[in-house]
Amino acid sequence: MSTQVKVKNRLSSTVQSLKPSGIRRFFDLAASMEGVISLGVGEPDFVTPWRMREASISSLERGHTAYTSNAGMLPLRVEIQKYLEERFSVSYHPETEILVTVGASEAIDIALRAILDPGDEVLVVEPCYVSYEPVIRLAGGVPVFLKTTMENQFKLTPQELESHITARTKAIIFCYPNNPTGGTMTAEEWKTLLPIIEKHDLMVISDEIYAELTYGRMHDSIAALPGMKDRTILISGFSKAFAMTGWRLGYVCASPDLLAGMLKIHQYTMLCAPTMAQMAALEALRHGRSDMERMIESYRQRRNYVVDGFRQIGLTCHEPDGAFYAFPSVASTGLSSSEFAEKLLMEEKVAVVPGDVFGESGQGHIRCSYATSIEQLKKALERMERLMGRMS
Amino acid sequence: MDRLKQRELLHLLEEDSRMSAEQIGKMIGEPTEVVEQTITALEAEKVIVKYPALVNWERVDDHPYVNAMIDVKVTPKRDVGFDEVAERICRFPEVKAVYLMSGASYDLSIILEGKTMKEVATFVSQKLSTLDSVVSTATHFILKRYKHDGIELEDRDEDHRMVVTP
Repeated sequence: MSTQVKVKNRLSSTVQSLKPSGIRRFFDLAASMEGVISLGVGEPDFVTPWRMREASISSLERGHTAYTSNAGMLPLRVEIQKYLEERFSVSYHPETEILVTVGASEAIDIALRAILDPGDEVLVVEPCYVSYEPVIRLAGGVPVFLKTTMENQFKLTPQELESHITARTKAIIFCYPNNPTGGTMTAEEWKTLLPIIEKHDLMVISDEIYAELTYGRMHDSIAALPGMKDRTILISGFSKAFAMTGWRLGYVCASPDLLAGMLKIHQYTMLCAPTMAQMAALEALRHGRSDMERMIESYRQRRNYVVDGFRQIGLTCHEPDGAFYAFPSVASTGLSSSEFAEKLLMEEKVAVVPGDVFGESGQGHIRCSYATSIEQLKKALERMERLMGRMS
Repeated sequence: MDRLKQRELLHLLEEDSRMSAEQIGKMIGEPTEVVEQTITALEAEKVIVKYPALVNWERVDDHPYVNAMIDVKVTPKRDVGFDEVAERICRFPEVKAVYLMSGASYDLSIILEGKTMKEVATFVSQKLSTLDSVVSTATHFILKRYKHDGIELEDRDEDHRMVVTP
């Protein structure tokens, strides 16, 4: 007992105050059961296309095993620049404004650490990726949550933004297309927020990891809007669009002064992203477009199928325009998100993620990933229908 | 149904021909009846030719079979070129595929299925080689099929993901 106390005291108070991820608790429960159909997976069900795997293997065969430059291989940064310009009309200089990171997760971390002083407030658009809050706290910041709702397709409104700004507000962070809701923002909707962002001189951290996964229209990056590039830190990576989650490769783009700050943290902690992963990413950008498009078409078909399925069994569900998550409401059952998810797992062996692990405004919803086969989705819907039938 | 959606429908059916019209309709955003009508029309136009199952016969213990690929050199005939002999070869039930090739030292590539090697040998020596236009044949037996029609037959990728992830 005394040893435990001593060890605990060695942890910083910030780390001690962090709550364990709600997803982790649910994962442990689901992992202990057999025959579970999982809609709880936040990653593509495709294996990284062969051309990227092959490029990485080939680079190893040729002995490319050394460090790259801290900011990442220049040819890769040049490809990222071309890609962002062509796809989203945002232009960053490859030598001074792009940094290759160990996943988008590292990019989020160094972006926050580079700009925050202790006590600075960061607005977080909820429901949100589970890491934002703890990473802000680890960087000494204070998260302040902005709510979005299903009635508003989980879009951020000017009213919600303005009402939470204080003298200490330094930045706003969001992920659009959104994990967990699948909500997106159009250029017109971004424009309604710009006067507030400019008036209060906010930094914008835009997590665009799902930018390629939009259905029916192109992704609009906030960085592409007039006057926004210099105050935006754009974060993305290869995990979702190119099915490369395990490679841990992302990037961050920002003005040269900000990027130089982030580079300092990166070089003292990560040094550089893995070389073989960078080689695979280079191949992805140069030749992986058709692989990506094939996967996106498949996600769109499954989204249509699963959203229709939820509605058929009586769960209200907005149509997600991006990412690969549906976020139906389970409020009609009278259960909380966690209660519903646990009941669904225990009684019907379907794993979903309770919406409240993504923040208070996710309460009453469940996150269902449709990055899984149609057969699995069909079975999951049948099992959910059975549960709903028993509860009505 | 527009051409893009029609193409999407064909891809889905090619992937899994047992998919119901209702399911396809949901996935591509079209009413079930429209999907049914389109499929009927595509069948009539011979765009959809057949709904086969891709069977890995190596996993069926009591199914003896031998697959061979045969390179055939032929003398083309005036007016009909290679077509006449190719069509004739197509009629043999044991012939599964016939292709006219370029860039090879032979003209037709044939894929053959027989119950035994002897049966294949008999077909080649007695039926194929004796055709008037056939100059020579070279028979290659397939020892093992790793990939067929775009599908890897062994070690299909399993879902290695954790049950719940961020």
